[in-house]
Amino acid sequence: MTMTSEPGTDAPGSAADPRIRDGRLVAEVIRADFPILGTTAHGVPLVYLDSAATSQKPLAVIEALDGYYRGYNANVHRGIYDISERATSAYEGARARIAAFINAPESRELINVRNATEAINLVAWSWGRANIGEGDVIVLTELEHHANLVPWQLLAAEKGARLEFIPITDEGYLRQEVYAELLKLKPKLVAFTHVSNTLGTINPVAEMTAQAHAAGALVLVDGAQAVPHLPVDVQALGVDFYVFSGHKMLGPTGSGGLWARRELLEAMPPFMAGGDMIRTVTLRASTWNELPWKFEAGTPDISATIGLGAAVDYLTGLGMARVRAHEQELVAYALEAIAEKVPGISLYGPRDAARRGGVVPFNLPEAHPHDVAQLLDRVGVCVRAGHHCTMPLHERLNLPATARASFSVYSTRQDVDALVDGLRDVQRIFRS
Amino acid sequence: MDDLYRDYILEHYRRPHNFGPLEDASVTREGANPLCGDRITLQLGVVDGVVQTVGFTGRGCAISQASASLLTDEIKGKPLADVQSFGADDLLELLGIQISPARLKCAMLSHDTLRGALSQLAESGPEAGRDQAGAGI
Repeated sequence: MTMTSEPGTDAPGSAADPRIRDGRLVAEVIRADFPILGTTAHGVPLVYLDSAATSQKPLAVIEALDGYYRGYNANVHRGIYDISERATSAYEGARARIAAFINAPESRELINVRNATEAINLVAWSWGRANIGEGDVIVLTELEHHANLVPWQLLAAEKGARLEFIPITDEGYLRQEVYAELLKLKPKLVAFTHVSNTLGTINPVAEMTAQAHAAGALVLVDGAQAVPHLPVDVQALGVDFYVFSGHKMLGPTGSGGLWARRELLEAMPPFMAGGDMIRTVTLRASTWNELPWKFEAGTPDISATIGLGAAVDYLTGLGMARVRAHEQELVAYALEAIAEKVPGISLYGPRDAARRGGVVPFNLPEAHPHDVAQLLDRVGVCVRAGHHCTMPLHERLNLPATARASFSVYSTRQDVDALVDGLRDVQRIFRS
Repeated sequence: MDDLYRDYILEHYRRPHNFGPLEDASVTREGANPLCGDRITLQLGVVDGVVQTVGFTGRGCAISQASASLLTDEIKGKPLADVQSFGADDLLELLGIQISPARLKCAMLSHDTLRGALSQLAESGPEAGRDQAGAGI
């Protein structure tokens, strides 16, 4: 029996690793690990600047999916035969490595979900319905993605609870003095994003969590834009719930994680019911399986989870501190280059690259973001245009829409230069 | 270089025809694509079953605004029956460019708004006219 196609056996990041030079990532070398970055769009090389929407996948991840389907495709936790045991071992092994990646104390506290959205819905339905009552306060922020907004709206409507919002400054920082006031309302929960998907703001999670705990609130953090881009240690942050999506961190779609403290998960009722999440079932009653499977009803996305395990190995090989340094440097370069070379452009979000993720939202005065994105596409540059699932934030900034460039480990200064050239072309076309 | 942004499309975007509010509209209809922030307000002045005047205001992408400019040109002076039969395909033909599925909503905003305006007009009866000016703004 060969195990070579199963992930987690290589040793990336060794001393001879050409992807790291003088302690820094060499994105030009890293790009070779991502097959799609060698392709073309409209006959020109692909310049992928939409990693905040979904990241590209390295060969190691693609091969992990392929290896499972070709080599040991079987259901998990069931079959008493070789390939099923291998599938179970790969699936649970991936869980352990994903949990370790965010420094979860125990891997059984890591629930495999489809994405951050599902994780938040799980918490809102299970913990929320059991713990939120009439008149209870939930504190959110103006920065939130719809995924960390709408589930709480549904819960609040059902329970008669109240939503309060931490406003932002024009630059996109949470107004901490208002947060301190809102905590006096004794909220049951404070839920906010670690890194804004639209403005890139990095929020002070540990400080805000300590304040919330002092006020008696639990804390849920949306880490969809943080786990792919900076070191995350849920124990150091001190949070109660932490959620993320696999597909934004070089992993497959359909993978993601909910981490929560064990005592919370043990007290929570199940979210979805069915096979795998039970211990015993009679016609009229059932008892629940232990963690984490209590929250994983039905056959999970086995291949995606194994693929996310491979993505975590890949990122660990690069080193998350180096990933953060690379993207911080790139965002600083982009903010300067774009402002200098694209006259009249509006850039949004924190100006301090040290407090900002690799996300650059912008608008040209002469063209709508959709037109900008469409024209950039013709020169191979992929950016997002629209409201990026943050309609209230756009309302707050008084913008109908924005265009957004975003980075990952494979993004280079050449990508930023291609964006700048593309934007100058758009201006030429719209000004002529 | 780009099919979608032919000169006449950009020209309609920069200097849209029939742009501005009507003094005495028979019907006023707002339309929006919340997903992209395109927005138009379309007004028709109908006299004796004929669209005598038409105007629109709005903001959005070049495709949505050029489409509104072309559409208003097309329906001005036409009997309501003709305007009724002006279909989505007719508008696409007027635009004369290949619209990708992702941009179809932009291109169709003016048409959807026109359909809404016509239903509104039908509901308020054939006598709906100048005394209802500005209703809905």
